[in-house]
Amino acid sequence: MNGGDDHHNGAAPAVRAQRRRLSRWYLVFLIQFVAVLWPPFFNRADPHWLGIPFFYWYQLLWVIIGAACTAIVYFATAA
Amino acid sequence: MPSVNWVALIIFAALFAFVAWLGLAAARWRRGDLDQLREWGLGGRRFGTLITWFLVGGDLYTAYTFIAVPALAFGAGAMAFFAVPYTILAYPIFFMVFPRIWQVCHKHDYITIADFVRGRFGNRWLALAITITGIVATMPYIALQLVGLQVVIGGLGISGGGVAGYLPLLIAFAILAVFTHSSGLRAPASIAIVKDILIYATTLAAIVYIPMRLGGFGKIFGAVPTAKLLLAAPGPHSTGSFSAYATLALGSALALFLYPHAITGVLSASSGRAIRRNAALLPCYSLLLGLLVLMGFFAIAAGVAHRPEYAAAFKLFGNSFSVPALFLQLFPSWFVGIAFAAIGIGALVPAAIMSIAAANLYARNIHREFINRAPTDRQEARIAKWVALLIKLGALAFVLFVPTDYAVYLQLLGGIWIIQTLPTVMLGAFTRWFNDWALLVGWAVGSLTGTMMAVASHLTPTYPLHLAGYTLPGYTAFYTVILNLALATILTLLFDALGARRTSVDETVALDYQS
Repeated sequence: MNGGDDHHNGAAPAVRAQRRRLSRWYLVFLIQFVAVLWPPFFNRADPHWLGIPFFYWYQLLWVIIGAACTAIVYFATAA
Repeated sequence: MPSVNWVALIIFAALFAFVAWLGLAAARWRRGDLDQLREWGLGGRRFGTLITWFLVGGDLYTAYTFIAVPALAFGAGAMAFFAVPYTILAYPIFFMVFPRIWQVCHKHDYITIADFVRGRFGNRWLALAITITGIVATMPYIALQLVGLQVVIGGLGISGGGVAGYLPLLIAFAILAVFTHSSGLRAPASIAIVKDILIYATTLAAIVYIPMRLGGFGKIFGAVPTAKLLLAAPGPHSTGSFSAYATLALGSALALFLYPHAITGVLSASSGRAIRRNAALLPCYSLLLGLLVLMGFFAIAAGVAHRPEYAAAFKLFGNSFSVPALFLQLFPSWFVGIAFAAIGIGALVPAAIMSIAAANLYARNIHREFINRAPTDRQEARIAKWVALLIKLGALAFVLFVPTDYAVYLQLLGGIWIIQTLPTVMLGAFTRWFNDWALLVGWAVGSLTGTMMAVASHLTPTYPLHLAGYTLPGYTAFYTVILNLALATILTLLFDALGARRTSVDETVALDYQS
């Protein structure tokens, strides 16, 4: 849906190419959507960690992984 | 009701006095002409990565969050943990969409999101729909901040009848009103720093100390009834709590940054880079939120509900009292004072930003658009300042005279309404393909259907959708925004096929959205 306004605004070809590259990095985000939106993956108590059921520490762990994903995309697209 | 806790009360009052001074002094911080709306209402777009981080964090993680999220875990268990995937997913969405919105708003000096919609689609009625949705969704949110404040004030031992019971709330309200009026967005931005230091200190201390006192996480989770520990497995021909959990998380994540107060925080940043950096840094707050949910389980394990000394407060505030009770039971008075002040100041910051955001919307997109088309800068800023005050007074009256449940219900409906602005705002940041009238119809039908579904499900967030013999319980806001989007798409195709001329002009160009 990136290009909908390009035809009448005449974005430079370089900009369009760059945008397409950005959107490929955005696919990294897809991992976290799948990981935390499918409860059958994580709706279980075992294995526990420090006495915390899997359900809880798994999702808290994804906060950190998610932040790492965003950082990766940030640096990959910062150039 | 516990008797007045003087040590805690004095520390609480001292910290409030400090932030009151800070809020007033903030008028001179990064000095600008506060007679201009972009200075009063957006802090002159001067906030870098760090201040934006505090401001947006202070904005989204409110007193109500600190009270209500653990309260939900205390009452409903695992379901409350949807708040974690919700905040995990909010930031990738933020990362993809909001740098573009910041760029175009910066380029065209748009102060509100409805300014952007007006410029992008050239349709004043679509902009009005976005404006009204924003204001209406924000108001119950402000009321809930004051409710959060009331709960901690009750926890200090002050409540009950007469003027004396309401005096602390009225004082806190006066502080809020005065610093917002005089300093605008600079006040919550500076206070947010204090609030966050207090909140992080309190939460980290609690997450380390409480499990030690209660005998470790194993014991704490052992005390939670099995039925609350995990999501209930869905029965046959139903996706049960699984689809409810996932749609609540995704729908809330999509809606989060559509709220005017969130957008105001974004637009006050000094660069698009600050926005992108914040998408990577804001998850620190998600971790904090996850730990807060666990606090609800701590409260179960500590058995606060069975303590006779808290019985009256639980009766008055319901499960919302679980976290204050937990702190009162396990911590010394001085720490309770700091923790409650953290929550109380956590009410002032978002309440200030919300009232500013709603006032900006009124001044720019109702007053300027429909009443006085050519106000001076000074007039525009003055209108916003008074509207901000009026909105806060409305919230105060609501808290004082209307049962709390109504604010909670309206907040729930507010979530359903605000998400209906998604196709216009978020997709509008990428494409002008949609017909503006089609977007308006989608918005109207989505809002109306959502309201009816919420009423039909007795004002609970989820609706049991029946589809081909299956029951799919899910977040009403999520279902209705899909309906909204489908309608906007079909109608756009239809209008195009009928050759409907697009009368409106897009004043933005593709390059305005790039850094």
